[in-house]
Amino acid sequence: MYKARLFASKHARAYEAMYNASSPIILASLRLVQKLTKGKLDKPITWAEKKIKGFLFDCQMCGNCILSTTGMTCPMNCPKTLRNGPCGGVRANGNCEVKPEMKCVWVEAWRGSREMKHNHKIQEIQFAVNHEHKGSSAWIRLANEDVKAK
Amino acid sequence: MVSDESIKINPEYVYHPGNPLPEIEGHVSRGRFERVLKRGEFAVTTELAPPDSADRTEVFHEAAMFDHVVDAINATDGSGANCHMSSVVVCALLAHIGYSPILQISCRDKNRIAIQGDILGAAALGIGNVLALTGDDVSAGDQPEAKRVFDLDSISLLSTIIKMRDESVLLSGRKLTEPPKMFAGSTINPFVPPFKSRVLQMEKKIDAGAQFIQTQYCFDMPMLKAFMSEAVDKGLTERAFILPGVGTLASARTAKWMRSNVPGVHIPDSVIKRLEGAENQKKEGQKICVELMQQVKELEGVSGVHVMAYKQEQYVAEMVKDSGVLGDRKPWAPKNEY
Repeated sequence: MYKARLFASKHARAYEAMYNASSPIILASLRLVQKLTKGKLDKPITWAEKKIKGFLFDCQMCGNCILSTTGMTCPMNCPKTLRNGPCGGVRANGNCEVKPEMKCVWVEAWRGSREMKHNHKIQEIQFAVNHEHKGSSAWIRLANEDVKAK
Repeated sequence: MVSDESIKINPEYVYHPGNPLPEIEGHVSRGRFERVLKRGEFAVTTELAPPDSADRTEVFHEAAMFDHVVDAINATDGSGANCHMSSVVVCALLAHIGYSPILQISCRDKNRIAIQGDILGAAALGIGNVLALTGDDVSAGDQPEAKRVFDLDSISLLSTIIKMRDESVLLSGRKLTEPPKMFAGSTINPFVPPFKSRVLQMEKKIDAGAQFIQTQYCFDMPMLKAFMSEAVDKGLTERAFILPGVGTLASARTAKWMRSNVPGVHIPDSVIKRLEGAENQKKEGQKICVELMQQVKELEGVSGVHVMAYKQEQYVAEMVKDSGVLGDRKPWAPKNEY
């Protein structure tokens, strides 16, 4: 939802705090679930992630989530799906070159990142999306990676 | 007009295309552009618009207009999302008569598999410079129904080039028997929002491996000054060669059209007023461009200037000469050798 997405970048600091507080809990419960069910609940978990992040951030389920480094703004809403900052075509009013009615995703991301405690993260170089992960749950992958690592 | 017979392709460059000039220690490429910059000269680059044609003499004709005034020539890659002759091929044609072309690669039309193949092919054909670009969106061009790719973005593209060059591998990790020795650059547009992020965005590109940066058209000197002084403070001008872009406006009408139709072009009202008030708007546009070049050269941390004169290429030589930015230096041109 566009409005919820703008709200997230505006209140990126609060979202960051919520994210930092909730993600260990979500991951810990997912690790437990993965251990117990061995992936049998992957579908409903993916569905829940899609619904929740879809509402909050217009998540596109790229499966390579970097929300916490991009001012709580999903970069996959950029028509060019840029993951490392704005292109040179941003309009003078800060709107998108391709969709003139939409605020540039990276103008939002920049605003959000300035609000955040860990605002240097926007400078981390992100490599291109791994398209094999499209449609899959980033939560489950993180949980599985942790389970495997142990 | 340059006829096909008058083009003397230097057999040295054709038979040994990957080896245009002897290697210099500490240089990543064997091209002239890197040499000029590393010698500390004020470099001039320009842009060649690849023709809507299958005739190579059109490429040579356009390039000849820049003889003795530029150090390197960018060949645009489907600029404005319009189809023209391939930039790899234009650069190869130029490299074979000894020019120092800059291969523009846009992320719009090709995925990572195609782009890596192009980088290898370009290096094999003697192209020593590459410029990583995001690219205008397909909706800006005359085939808006095309599929947009954007598999990489300009920074992932830079990382890819650097990995191939310095680690001699493809993204998959598969080894290359010979890496592409290319001087890598990218672009920045300091004149559009989010303004405060633009220096950091340039820093990110330099972190990713950009060795030179060409900027979007500058018509607003105070903005460029602010951008450059921040870049100097951050030490970025020590880490990369920065070449601000300048251009010539044919008339106030063109300027207004560009401002509202070309993505990312910022032209202040004062420039448009100056054009409107001029008797000969075209001449005034060139005068503005000459003044901008001179002001760019005075800025701290600047290594050169990038002159863009789409459909006005014939005036580039005169403008560069009038500006005096080259001093008494005369950049290389094929005719030097024949």
